[in-house]
Amino acid sequence: MAATPALQVLTANRLRDGAVVYWQAGVWADEFKDADVFNDKAAADAALAAAMVFVKDRVVVNPYLFAVREEAGQIRAIEQREIIRGAGPSVRRDLGKQAKPSMEAFDVSI
Amino acid sequence: MYRYDEFDAKFVKERVAQFRDQVERRLAGELTEDEFKPLRLMNGLYLQLHAYMLRIAVPYGTLNSRQMRMLAHIARKYDKGYGHFTTRTNMQFHWIKLVDVPDILEDLASVEMHCIQTSGNCIRNVTADHFAGATDEEIEDPRPLCEIIRQWSSLHPEFVFLARKFKIAVGATPHDRAALLWHDMPVEIVKNEAGEVGYRVYAGGGMGRTPYIALLMKDFVKREDILAYLEAVLRVYNQDSRRDNIHKQRIKILVNAIGQEEMQRRVEREFEEIKASGSLQLPQEELDRIRAYFAPPKFETLDDKMPVGSYDFENWKKTNVHKHRAPGYAIATISLKAIGQTPGDISHVQMDALADLMDQFGIDEIRVSHEQNLVLPHARKRDLPAIFARLQKLDLATPNSGLITDIIACPGLDYCDLANARSIPIAKDIAKRFENLDRQHDIGELKIKISGCINACGHHHAGHIGILGVDKKGVEYYQILLGGSGAEDASVGNIMGPGFSAHDIGPAVERVVDTYVKLRQSGERFLDTYRRVGMEPFKNMAYLEQMYAAH
Repeated sequence: MAATPALQVLTANRLRDGAVVYWQAGVWADEFKDADVFNDKAAADAALAAAMVFVKDRVVVNPYLFAVREEAGQIRAIEQREIIRGAGPSVRRDLGKQAKPSMEAFDVSI
Repeated sequence: MYRYDEFDAKFVKERVAQFRDQVERRLAGELTEDEFKPLRLMNGLYLQLHAYMLRIAVPYGTLNSRQMRMLAHIARKYDKGYGHFTTRTNMQFHWIKLVDVPDILEDLASVEMHCIQTSGNCIRNVTADHFAGATDEEIEDPRPLCEIIRQWSSLHPEFVFLARKFKIAVGATPHDRAALLWHDMPVEIVKNEAGEVGYRVYAGGGMGRTPYIALLMKDFVKREDILAYLEAVLRVYNQDSRRDNIHKQRIKILVNAIGQEEMQRRVEREFEEIKASGSLQLPQEELDRIRAYFAPPKFETLDDKMPVGSYDFENWKKTNVHKHRAPGYAIATISLKAIGQTPGDISHVQMDALADLMDQFGIDEIRVSHEQNLVLPHARKRDLPAIFARLQKLDLATPNSGLITDIIACPGLDYCDLANARSIPIAKDIAKRFENLDRQHDIGELKIKISGCINACGHHHAGHIGILGVDKKGVEYYQILLGGSGAEDASVGNIMGPGFSAHDIGPAVERVVDTYVKLRQSGERFLDTYRRVGMEPFKNMAYLEQMYAAH
């Protein structure tokens, strides 16, 4: 069984438009930079359980936790998939969340 | 092209209303996601990385100008201004909102389009040669049979819940442009010794985790029996496939597990039963009725002289203009592979402008090729300079059809939920490396195909050079395969060895191509040289840098 990552963020897709959202203090934020970062398994699991209420209420679908790391005081996704979900297509920097200036923290270059 | 009759129009309209109701019920909480998911997939709607993705069927890759304008409208109104043509000749939009989909389907229905059977375990969009009806090589236009198969298979009660998806392609020329033998059930229009036209049917081709080239099932099926024979193949598949194992559910696994002869025997038994019942004959009148929709335009009597023009026009003619069946006409490939652009992507401005171009030059239809390009099947030769000039302004005149920069690439990890690695940046990087047109011409025919995961939407198994993106502990790596082919000499590419990093894959491909240039004999394509000398010399050069680094 894989070890629980040290730091995790909770994400989902919004039902109505499929947009990527992140768990922030009991609600869903649009941007990764606003996401709560969980550093213990119990808190992460509790947030995931709380998120299921939003699934039942048709706000989001498919909530899950993913691993992040801290680098130079910033939280970054580890896997490329989550970097791209959080930013937008690496081949269209004009689209997705990265199109906003606040997404400078993402590094999706090859 | 085919036009909806009263039944088709009613059927598609009802389907739109049905999905509108399903979306409303989902949003109202009457359907859970588990209940809704199969319903949305039956309408081509996936949830991907950034939003929903809607896959629109382009049957046998044929569109008229009204339909092209509608795709532009959808891109503009509901998406982010562009769409992506796929290797199944469909169109995908990657930024769709669930709440908009019923309206989109209604818009599509108004131009006789839909998203039915673009997903799910059913018979998918039937594809054909993109030169159909225009090339002088074909026995007859394959699209009437595609349309008959579409009508026969749409919501066929036996085939709505197959073990897995099922792909059919129809070809009618010795030169295969439709990757025929890579399909679950390829159908080839052939003539027998008596000169009668019939069908050669294969089964068991497919890409994905376990690639296979299709095997011959029957050398000649009579015209009137074709649906009975196809039904027999599907019935054997439906009854005997491995529904217990997701990796073994395609017909290719069944055919290769029981063997060609046993599969032929089982199909023949079903075929005889279906024939004996006499219930599934294709009457000549019905074939003629459908064929009438695909009658070629009335070709004018024209001078057959090919216009001569600028250096750029002449280069475009070399690769993107092809022989037509009628004097004074040509087939023109519109490359969606401009250097630095995403293969298969097209903007709403380009789509609208192409629709205008079709109307202005009297070209009734445009084709989508499985190589993610567009084709003007019936262009007057005398119009080619003006068409080329217009395409140049639209950045659609790249003269690279069939050359090394004409790369197939799936959307990959930039968009796709299933992908392990990005495909598009790799395609762009390789295209940039070989941008020089003289070098491209010197290299000649070389097909690079890139997939971002083992599902192989980018046809990497069939690439002369295939590239497969894999995930190694969250980092993208790329395997090279050599020797695949999607043409009449179909073959499965062989894996070269360990993967390259995203940074190293472009240089490795360049070393492989340089090796070919050194080793080739007169007239040899890359594929011919590979088949003559084998993997070793290419492998040695591809991994050269790593060997230096290791020492």
